[in-house]
Amino acid sequence: MTVIAEMLSYPFLVRAFAGGILVSLCAALLGVMLVLKRYSMIGDGLSHVSFGAISVAVAAGWAPLPVSIPVVVLAAFFLLRITENGRMRSDAAIAMISASSLAVGIVVTSLTTGMTTDVSSYMFGSILAMSRGDVWLSAVLSAVVLGMFVFCYHRIFAVTFDESFAKATGVNVSLYNILTAVLTAVTIVLGMRMMGAMLISSLVIFPALTSMRMFKSFRGVVVSSGVLAVVCFCIGMTGSYVFSTPAGASVVLVNLGAYLLFWLAEMALRRRIRWQPLKPGGKRTPAESGPAPKTARRWKTIRPEGERSPHSDGKRP
Amino acid sequence: MSTLITCRHVDFGYEDHDAVVDLSMEVDEGDYLCVVGANGSGKSTLVKGLLGLIKPLKGELTVAEELRRTGIGYLPQQTAAQRDFPAAVREVVLSGTLSRRETRPFYKRPFYSADAKRLAASCMGKLGISELKNHCYRELSGGQQQRVLIARALCATSRMLILDEPITGLDPSAIQDFYRLVRRLNREEGVTVLMVSHDVPGIITQANKILHLQQRVLFFGSPEEYRRTAAGRRYLGGEDG
Repeated sequence: MTVIAEMLSYPFLVRAFAGGILVSLCAALLGVMLVLKRYSMIGDGLSHVSFGAISVAVAAGWAPLPVSIPVVVLAAFFLLRITENGRMRSDAAIAMISASSLAVGIVVTSLTTGMTTDVSSYMFGSILAMSRGDVWLSAVLSAVVLGMFVFCYHRIFAVTFDESFAKATGVNVSLYNILTAVLTAVTIVLGMRMMGAMLISSLVIFPALTSMRMFKSFRGVVVSSGVLAVVCFCIGMTGSYVFSTPAGASVVLVNLGAYLLFWLAEMALRRRIRWQPLKPGGKRTPAESGPAPKTARRWKTIRPEGERSPHSDGKRP
Repeated sequence: MSTLITCRHVDFGYEDHDAVVDLSMEVDEGDYLCVVGANGSGKSTLVKGLLGLIKPLKGELTVAEELRRTGIGYLPQQTAAQRDFPAAVREVVLSGTLSRRETRPFYKRPFYSADAKRLAASCMGKLGISELKNHCYRELSGGQQQRVLIARALCATSRMLILDEPITGLDPSAIQDFYRLVRRLNREEGVTVLMVSHDVPGIITQANKILHLQQRVLFFGSPEEYRRTAAGRRYLGGEDG
């Protein structure tokens, strides 16, 4: 308690907390959509683009945010469009764009100011980066993201689960995709300076992946991702203050810890289910005692009448 | 028996090429129409055209008023991302009710109405998946996943279903279950079915109309006639000439 009170007596830490909580919340909610649509790497790509844009802006003496937000939004559009057209694989496109913009950023920086602490703080984040304006922008951003998730929740589900069906039933799919791209871009730019260009993508993917280990419904995953992101951020920040470690990296490590915790919990849960005898005789058939406990459980519980055994489908790897 | 969809000399395609040329056919109420053809023969383009996702480039596409109002139930090809999607069956089926267009376009309900929930429950009942409703979609077998997706499509409309290669990845017994299910929906519930499939020998015993597409229409008519055509014999293989 005293540690927290002490931390909150520094105005820059209050700003970092407020901004960071809002940004991690947005990143986690959008991350659920991105991870499930197989765009996990987009956060990584966009943060590198943002790094390039900020380096150029700093070199030219412009304000970083007004330059990098439009550039990153454009990059996000471009990446989503490539994937939709299917001309190029999206992972290849992201890798290409992120490496090139990183290279642009490094070349521009070394030609002008040289590799200074500024550059290092963009790469790995700085707790001092959150200004008052950033906090306000984060507040607006999270209001928009939360509003979208509350009022359009079912459409978001439909678009994430099955774009073609959603399109056929009259949901404006491209509007949601554009909105996701813009919001993701703003989230990345805002979070990047605190978390660092190399680490910000973890805010996008970790909460969603962690929640997917335990929760079986979309609503569960969304809610749990939001809560987890905020909790992990607060623990990470406090840890970074107590142990004097970099904030971004500490938050990522806490996220990793949460993932491992959920993973262990999932294993334990499965184990417990497997220990229950599946048949009154307790004798397992070869299929049931196989290495996949999930299928063994399914065998027992959720096979409706008339449905063949799930194994005979041959769809599950 | 009324006609639901009529195509007269319709071309579908994208800016650089026409995928379907000079298509004329009609789908009547209660039909079980099967669209066959090689890969890239325009089957999926036709489906998109019928769903209204792309506009015909030429010709005349007439969709019955009742179908325009309720929309068409659609079962798209499954994507890899869906197979491990964390969603409860209930959530997936309920998402089908979104197509009941709301009268107020700018107001989006944060929750489903009681009507939508009743509808979803009855659709799940029809497909025998009521007891799965709280299970996770990714833990179901392929056959069960298809049932869930059909229930979702039925939530959108109970008039007509378009199934795009629904049996891909199912094993033989699940395919037979699936055919039985679709036939039951077609005969007992009066659902008009349009199915795109590669399984010509399997489908010919089910459908009452066959459309063989190779950019142009190679054949449109009953399965009995189809067996006698050159195209049909080639697809059915082993049939005597």
